[in-house]
Amino acid sequence: MLLEIEDVSLLYGRIQALHGISLTVDEGEIVALIGANGAGKSTTMRAISGIRPIASGAIRFNGEDISNLRADLRVRRGLCQAPEGRGIFPGMTVLDNLDMGAYTRRDRAGIAQDLDRVLELFPRLAERRKQPGGTLSGGEQQMLAVGRALMSRPKLLLLDEPSMGLAPMLIQQIFTIITEINQQGTTILLVEQNAQQALARAHRAYVLETGRIVKSGTGAELLHDPSVKEAYLGVA
Amino acid sequence: MTTVLEKVRSGREAVGERWHHAPRWVRWVLLAAMIVFFYALPNREFYQYLGPIPTPGANFTQVLFTVSIYVLLAVGLNIVVGFAGLLDLGYFGFFAVGAYTVAVLTSPSSNIKTLWPWLLVVPLAIALTMVSGVMLGTPTLRLRGDYLALVTLGFAEMIRISATSSAFLKGQRGFNQIPHPPGKYADGKPFFGVLDARPYYWLVLTLIILVVIGVRNLTHSRVGRAWISIREDEDAAQLMGVPTFKFKLWAFASGAAIAGLAGALFAGKQNFVNSQNFELLNSIIILAAVIFGGSGNIVGAIVGGGLVAYMIERFRGIELFGVELYEYRFLFFGLVLVVMMIFRPQGLIPNRRRAAEFKDRRKEVIVGE
Ligand SMILES: Nc1ncnc2c1ncn2[C@@H]1O[C@H](COP(=O)(O)OP(=O)(O)OP(=O)(O)O)[C@@H](O)[C@H]1O
Ligand SMILES: [Mg+2]
Repeated sequence: MLLEIEDVSLLYGRIQALHGISLTVDEGEIVALIGANGAGKSTTMRAISGIRPIASGAIRFNGEDISNLRADLRVRRGLCQAPEGRGIFPGMTVLDNLDMGAYTRRDRAGIAQDLDRVLELFPRLAERRKQPGGTLSGGEQQMLAVGRALMSRPKLLLLDEPSMGLAPMLIQQIFTIITEINQQGTTILLVEQNAQQALARAHRAYVLETGRIVKSGTGAELLHDPSVKEAYLGVA
Repeated sequence: MTTVLEKVRSGREAVGERWHHAPRWVRWVLLAAMIVFFYALPNREFYQYLGPIPTPGANFTQVLFTVSIYVLLAVGLNIVVGFAGLLDLGYFGFFAVGAYTVAVLTSPSSNIKTLWPWLLVVPLAIALTMVSGVMLGTPTLRLRGDYLALVTLGFAEMIRISATSSAFLKGQRGFNQIPHPPGKYADGKPFFGVLDARPYYWLVLTLIILVVIGVRNLTHSRVGRAWISIREDEDAAQLMGVPTFKFKLWAFASGAAIAGLAGALFAGKQNFVNSQNFELLNSIIILAAVIFGGSGNIVGAIVGGGLVAYMIERFRGIELFGVELYEYRFLFFGLVLVVMMIFRPQGLIPNRRRAAEFKDRRKEVIVGE
């Protein structure tokens, strides 16, 4: 098991955002996490990447307990997040942003190779390599955030709503890329509002409601689950 | 008004463009000429031909020394504010720590009477300021938000108040007979004397050059990239694996060390240190100088620090309607800053990345370069 979250709770001040959630991600999988606005999806991601401390429970990565490990050290272990709302560096060029993704790495040849790969996955970024990140369109920034996370060559890639704000064409494209990245060997934990697409692509999925996991199963199972259909897929 | 501004702006940009596109050797020659100019500047034989530049109300060489100290401080604060994006409102406090370390350990008026030579105490002063920076930064830099601004402000006030009221730091009476830096002319007269400020200015100028080279190398390395990423988005920096706390502390402590060096130089020149040298306003002036020059750009910090310190001194001895302009220097200075923030918020010579952020997006896009 690559990632194992056990009974994790998280507090924002006095507000409890996660009430003892447990989930696992196996090597090679795409696992989707779906839920309504404010359910705690991004919070779960923050707990895993370590920018928010957890109140109780345990997070294990690759067999190691990382519950209290600093966020930057988790990146070194092979865990990288493309944050919600993009979180790119606005004043740095596209290339510098991608370069920051490889911050923890020293293997120049490998970095150059991954840069080529990212620019191939996102030709739009290749066209705009010298442009400051903050001046990219919303969708381009989204691609940059995903590309930047890939530059760390993570074992586990955490994607928080990669399709947010993208045109339908591009949504299709970004999901294709996610599948492609996964087939090239990266495990993915995917948070999505776009439940239809996410469930169709994911091997397994969890449903989060007000800080609790209420359902889990394979992507196909949940895609055909009547209550999931009603709540998240917009079909009665 | 706008057209004039546009012209000034495009003129400056043209200079910048030309500088960046000039062949390497041209840039080196110009840089060397500039350095020679600044080394020659404190000589009367030279500055008497410079028209209105020498200050009427004060000894120009003394003024140059003051200006050079401010430039050094601006370069140091630029690391903290400009590169790492940490708001330090009490930067002058570190300058005070440096100056008082020298005073206490070298002056015969000090209670502990160690009477050490100046040169020996300089590294100590730098180390001590760095330690005080680490002590101040360790608890505060872990927190987000405006805590750092408040804590540094409090720190500078604490230093000032202890300087004013503690018997050990001598308050207004201060420390005298602080020894000068070592060195003699061939005829046995000391190089660093009481009357001639030129050697001190040359010393500070040399140190500025060394510090700038060091800072430049740092900012072009992984350290610099880490600082900029923290300034731009601290969470994202952490998500990329940057140990943000460590690098913030680094920036804060290196900035402090440079202020400590400046304080030690100041004490060695002045011969005398008392509590009046460390008003809170000085911290604000240096911060304003960094922002004025263009936060995040070394050249900007140098120009900002130099211009601000020079402008303040330039007002001495100029009378208008019977009042000395010097009395109104901060009013004027405030006005200039307000005008700047309206017309040129990125500073005189902004960081190139910052400039890009401020520029109109459509004009800037160069697709498929
Ligand atoms: N910094 C914070 N301080 C206080 N409460 C917070 C904070 N961040 C999130 N919350 C709260 O925690 C809950 C979960 O938020 P979270 O961002 O994880 O939701 P989400 O599932 O990602 O929603 P969305 O789909 O809208 O992105 C929400 O009720 C939110 O208001
Ligand atoms: Mg969210």
